[in-house]
Amino acid sequence: MGNSVFTPGVVSGRLPADELRQNFADLHPPLEAHEAAVAADRCYFCYDAPCITACPTAIDIPLFIRQIQSGQPEAAAKTILDQNILGGMCARVCPTETLCEEACVREAAEGKPVEIGRLQRFATDAMMEEAHPFTRAAETGKRIAVVGAGPAGLACAHRLAMHGHSVVMFDARPKPGGLNEYGIASYKTVGGFAQKEVAWLLQIGGIEMRYESVLGADGLTLESLTGEYDAVFLGVGLGGVNSLRAAGEDRDGVLDAVSFIADLRQVGDLEGLPVGRNVVVIGGGMTAVDAAVQSKLLGAETVTIVYRRDRDRMSASRFEQDLAASKGVRIITHAQPLAVHDAEEGNEVEFEYTEEDGGALKPTGEKFRLPADQVFKAIGQALDGVPDGLELTGGKIAVTGAGRTSLRKVWAGGDCASGGDDLTVTAVAEGRDAAEDIHQTLMS
Amino acid sequence: MADLSTDFLGIESPNPFWLASAPPTDKEYNVRRAFDAGWGGVVWKTLGAEGPPVVNVNGPRYGAIYGADRRLLGLNNIELITDRPLQVNLDEMARVKKDFPDRALIASIMVPCEEAAWREILPRVEDTGADGIELNFGCPHGMSERGMGSAVGQVPEYIQMVTEWCKEYGKLPVIVKLTPNITDIRYPARAANAGGADAVSLINTISSITSVNLDTFSPEPSIDGKGSHGGYCGPAVKPIALNMVAEIARDPETKGLPISGIGGINTWRDAAEYIALGCGTVQVCTAAMTYGFKIIDEMTAGLARWMDEAGHETLADFQGRAVPNVTDWQYLNLNYIAKARIDQAACIKCGRCYAACEDTSHQAISMSSDRVFEVIDEECVACNLCVDVCPVEDCITMVELQPGEVDPRTGKTVKKEYANWTTHPNNPGAQAAE
Ligand SMILES: Cc1cc2nc3c(=O)[nH]c(=O)nc-3n(C[C@H](O)[C@H](O)[C@H](O)COP(=O)(O)OP(=O)(O)OC[C@H]3O[C@@H](n4cnc5c(N)ncnc54)[C@H](O)[C@@H]3O)c2cc1C
Ligand SMILES: Cc1cc2nc3c(=O)[nH]c(=O)nc-3n(C[C@H](O)[C@H](O)[C@H](O)COP(=O)(O)O)c2cc1C
Ligand code: SF4
Repeated sequence: MGNSVFTPGVVSGRLPADELRQNFADLHPPLEAHEAAVAADRCYFCYDAPCITACPTAIDIPLFIRQIQSGQPEAAAKTILDQNILGGMCARVCPTETLCEEACVREAAEGKPVEIGRLQRFATDAMMEEAHPFTRAAETGKRIAVVGAGPAGLACAHRLAMHGHSVVMFDARPKPGGLNEYGIASYKTVGGFAQKEVAWLLQIGGIEMRYESVLGADGLTLESLTGEYDAVFLGVGLGGVNSLRAAGEDRDGVLDAVSFIADLRQVGDLEGLPVGRNVVVIGGGMTAVDAAVQSKLLGAETVTIVYRRDRDRMSASRFEQDLAASKGVRIITHAQPLAVHDAEEGNEVEFEYTEEDGGALKPTGEKFRLPADQVFKAIGQALDGVPDGLELTGGKIAVTGAGRTSLRKVWAGGDCASGGDDLTVTAVAEGRDAAEDIHQTLMS
Repeated sequence: MADLSTDFLGIESPNPFWLASAPPTDKEYNVRRAFDAGWGGVVWKTLGAEGPPVVNVNGPRYGAIYGADRRLLGLNNIELITDRPLQVNLDEMARVKKDFPDRALIASIMVPCEEAAWREILPRVEDTGADGIELNFGCPHGMSERGMGSAVGQVPEYIQMVTEWCKEYGKLPVIVKLTPNITDIRYPARAANAGGADAVSLINTISSITSVNLDTFSPEPSIDGKGSHGGYCGPAVKPIALNMVAEIARDPETKGLPISGIGGINTWRDAAEYIALGCGTVQVCTAAMTYGFKIIDEMTAGLARWMDEAGHETLADFQGRAVPNVTDWQYLNLNYIAKARIDQAACIKCGRCYAACEDTSHQAISMSSDRVFEVIDEECVACNLCVDVCPVEDCITMVELQPGEVDPRTGKTVKKEYANWTTHPNNPGAQAAE
């Protein structure tokens, strides 16, 4: 007998392969051409459209939708990619319900926005089959180091290459993409899209990739980079994880949600990936939701997200929360962890209810315990190993303007830099804008 | 419950909805299904003279214009008259009429413009028990090149001549079907009237090319790489047809001539509008070809419901009621002054009114930084463009200024009196107001 949902402990193969495949299929399946035509027809081509303002990369959304309407998805893709070179990934992972689609006037009118995200995917998917639409300007002779091949670094590198600069990208991991490859939920980016997109992006030329090159190790320092290159862009993301500060945090079965997700993204065969019968996720953001939902989809019997404040304060959008609920994840709010205890089978997490008292959290004294073969910590990521000499603010690299750090020649963007939401699209915008600023600076 | 029964030239039908002469009425099988479904009458697919029937192309006959969800907005065809032998059609007509005595059955006819040809066919049609004949002077393709169809319909003298033959050699009521492919529809209508026609029906299809294939550079529909103009019909042609109907209804020479309205009738409401412009019956083709015969249920139920709500017991109660309100531009009241009003609670802030007015009209809508759109009365000429482009129904409306109010655009006080262009001081040919 194979394993099932009810098998105790942390085991793999709880669900048959078919069911796993279904569970991890596209969350928002691509639009067919006719569906896209109908969806595009709903766009009102607003004057000075609010959706453009709501998009961190300021894509000309009404224009690209009109280009879909007029039968040229490739032209639509060009409009998107002009502003956002990772428009394909953003179309899949942006919380559009809090960005462009929230601003759509049809959301105000009828609670049903134009499906901007899916239309963006329709357009960009068409482009992935085409020749790379951007060309490089004449070689400038300038060399720029980009550290971190996540969305921020990739957007920066592409824009710099377009302007004729030579870029060398360093990344600690063996594959490019950053959290596109190691973090985003599987059902948002099926079919190896993260790698396909990077390969497509690199067709611009002028970008050399150096994997498994860690800034801060093996002599690769910020100093050496600023010495060797005309400018440096840091897009290193947030590599560290905040700790629970609860007793028993070091017990077996207590894990970082991001590592669990990274394993899940990298494992070839989901049937071989173990998951607990009872899973508890602590936190209230996208990482918490993704860890919880994917545990459930792997076949965990009970999955509970526990968050210390109310639902409105969760940084996961209402759509994400509802998605979790629809997959059978239970969300408990107003409770914080006290300790992880040994139990007859696996662990038990002890929580205490909280009250909000003018913003401050106060324990109520009422406690409860949840069985947990696995406990996933998802209470935020933190900057890890910042090079010396950089000013920080709020735990991130302090930047002003288009990503200028306290050091001349050094720019930063994406999750590691101050300002902006920690989103893929924001990282793209910041990487792109820093590239423009670097270009201006080097060429003036 | 409203009474939909219709008496048109003495031809009775349970409702005013007839199927126009076209594929839906091409043979016994279709017509029986149509009558079973509830259609009030049919105009049989146009009959030709005795002899080998015409042949149709063997590739696509139709081209279409679509809305986004492939809603059919306009249809184009290059089909000819019936391609079945005359006697087969006549036998079928006789059988159907016998089984459906309460429905109208009209024979559409197109034979060469020679007296003998008409003289020959009329008695054979009468033998079927048909209630009337419709002269197809409208078909713009295929037949016109042979001197028939719209080639006749574009020459008023021919219309009169053929109508006279039909009145002389036939006993049945004569309906003359007019082509819209002419500059002034009143001339062919007058000619039909002068020839003694009992009624006119209009419109037949409008000469058209649906689109050009940008790979092959052939017009569509394409037959082996070539295309020929076809006839356009369906929802897109209704405004053109309504105007032509109104022109005939209010022309002193043809006033009172019964009209069967055709062109883009898709719902009960379209039909009601044709009847309000004076039509005694309406004919439908494209809507039936798009959705099948069952639409008759919506059409009859819808018309009856509206009549009940409006207090019209019979069709006669509202037939022609809109005709006196159709006038010429120069008689429109220039002292009627309106301003656009935006209902802020309904506004969804898309800004289409602003783009339209600012870019293409009178710069009469302001936009604030938080997207509040307001009408500037000093600039608004009440052109209605903002109303037409606003996606929200009734969000922007036209509000009439009352006599005594000052129009901020002109600084003049609104007058109660009616005044039109004929007496306007800017009109070089103005006559002094009486
Ligand atoms: C689980 C999870 C789910 C998410 N889901 C979404 C979502 O659905 N939608 C959304 O918009 N956002 C989502 N986010 C956030 C989003 O992934 C990030 O905001 C985005 O990836 C930030 O891009 P970045 O380029 O700044 O950093 P990252 O994507 O983190 O990339 C940083 C790169 O730098 C490399 N690096 C780090 N340190 C070094 C070093 N010292 N030397 C060399 N290389 C280094 C890393 O290997 C990595 O490749 C999610 C995040 C997580 C964790
Ligand atoms: C395929 C097709 C064939 C037609 N054939 C004839 C015909 O033989 N005789 C005729 O008088 N009108 C013919 N018509 C014109 C229709 O009777 C009608 O006048 C026209 O389609 C406008 O009405 P609609 O908008 O409801 O379609 C044809 C129309 C179509 C679409
Ligand atoms: S990038 Fe994201 S926010 Fe911007 S338009 Fe696309 S889906 Fe919307």
